[in-house]
Amino acid sequence: MINWLQNLGRRAMRVFERLGRAHLFLWQVMTGLPQAILRPSLVVTQLYSVGVLSMVIIVVSGLNVGMVLGLQMYNTLSDFGSEESLGQVVALSLVRELGPVVAALLFAGRAGSALTAEIGLMKATEQLAGMAMMAVDPLRRVVVPRFVAACIAMPLLAAIFSAVGVMGGYFVGVGLLGVDSGSFWSTMQSRVDWHEDVLNGIIKSMAFGFVAAWIAVFEGYDAIPTSEGVSRATTRTVVETALAVLALDFILTALMFGVD
Amino acid sequence: MQQTRIIEIAVGFFIACGMAALFVLAMKVSNITSIGDNKGYTLTAHFDNIGGLKVRAPVTIGGVRIGRVTGVGYDEQRYQAVVTLQIDDKYRRLPEDSSASIFTAGLLGEQYVALEPGGSDTFLKNGDSVKLTQSALVMEQLIGRFLFQKASEGTTQ
Repeated sequence: MINWLQNLGRRAMRVFERLGRAHLFLWQVMTGLPQAILRPSLVVTQLYSVGVLSMVIIVVSGLNVGMVLGLQMYNTLSDFGSEESLGQVVALSLVRELGPVVAALLFAGRAGSALTAEIGLMKATEQLAGMAMMAVDPLRRVVVPRFVAACIAMPLLAAIFSAVGVMGGYFVGVGLLGVDSGSFWSTMQSRVDWHEDVLNGIIKSMAFGFVAAWIAVFEGYDAIPTSEGVSRATTRTVVETALAVLALDFILTALMFGVD
Repeated sequence: MQQTRIIEIAVGFFIACGMAALFVLAMKVSNITSIGDNKGYTLTAHFDNIGGLKVRAPVTIGGVRIGRVTGVGYDEQRYQAVVTLQIDDKYRRLPEDSSASIFTAGLLGEQYVALEPGGSDTFLKNGDSVKLTQSALVMEQLIGRFLFQKASEGTTQ
């Protein structure tokens, strides 16, 4: 019994310790931010690996999600004889929820895990220690540009996801199923509000980008410097980002749309 | 050198794509064009029953949208619902004796306020109130009235 309690206590302490370290780490990253603005070339290089290389998966899955939404919603809506509101349904669900959330989950899998593995391996092969030896702050040189790049890339990827998804819904709805093109766009435009829906979606994706970037770089920086430790950190990045994004999504949705 | 150039071009392409997507969301998907016409004048109208009318519902004349509902409240003095209508500045010529009714778009559609122009030569100004109003039809009342009528027909025969 006592042993069990001790185990529980030790686990809880470890969780809180990690949480505290993560926040201290975030604070250090924040103080390093001006450095990233002074040296944009580092950020640009990271934007390439974080943003450009994620674009393929974002575009392909956005298109597919939009097409599936169009197909499924058409079946349901045609029961009520209101196929014209297909555009509105597709656009609202993409802009409000699916765009930011699915893009963040894909981002965690595609870019977050890569960031963690990269930083973790740098730590395992003592490159970070070597940098510190040469009086180059590894936090500012390695971590901050990656963090900034991920924060910039995420809202853009989510916007691309939503826009491509709407196109996918358009292809299926108008091209295949014969919904009228004019009413597809007009119901969409009359229902989707720039401020309420699109802007809130962008704010959501910014929050997700921040959290995903934070988790990815922290897990890499905090990884146990062995090959097993790095692999475990990479797994944790994906799992924790997914959980954090979904939980945060509920909170943000309740704050934005729940209270009338 | 060539390598960084390619990377920079790719990043530029990525940013441009993101901006283009935002632009599409703004112009094509949402109604950002209606942001500018937030200016307008407001009218109020008292209704006995507004049914399911909500804020942001359209205000129409002859089916043409000329404004939207900006507020729904309750007037404790008159025991009536008071609806605030914001009319676009373009539509200045609303006769004073216009009437307002609450209708439903389609069978399952949302409710909206329809204005019917009157014949007066003076026009409604900012803050004026629409005097003639017709409440929303509530389905239960309608059915209740119908049943009541049927029952009274049965007793007279």
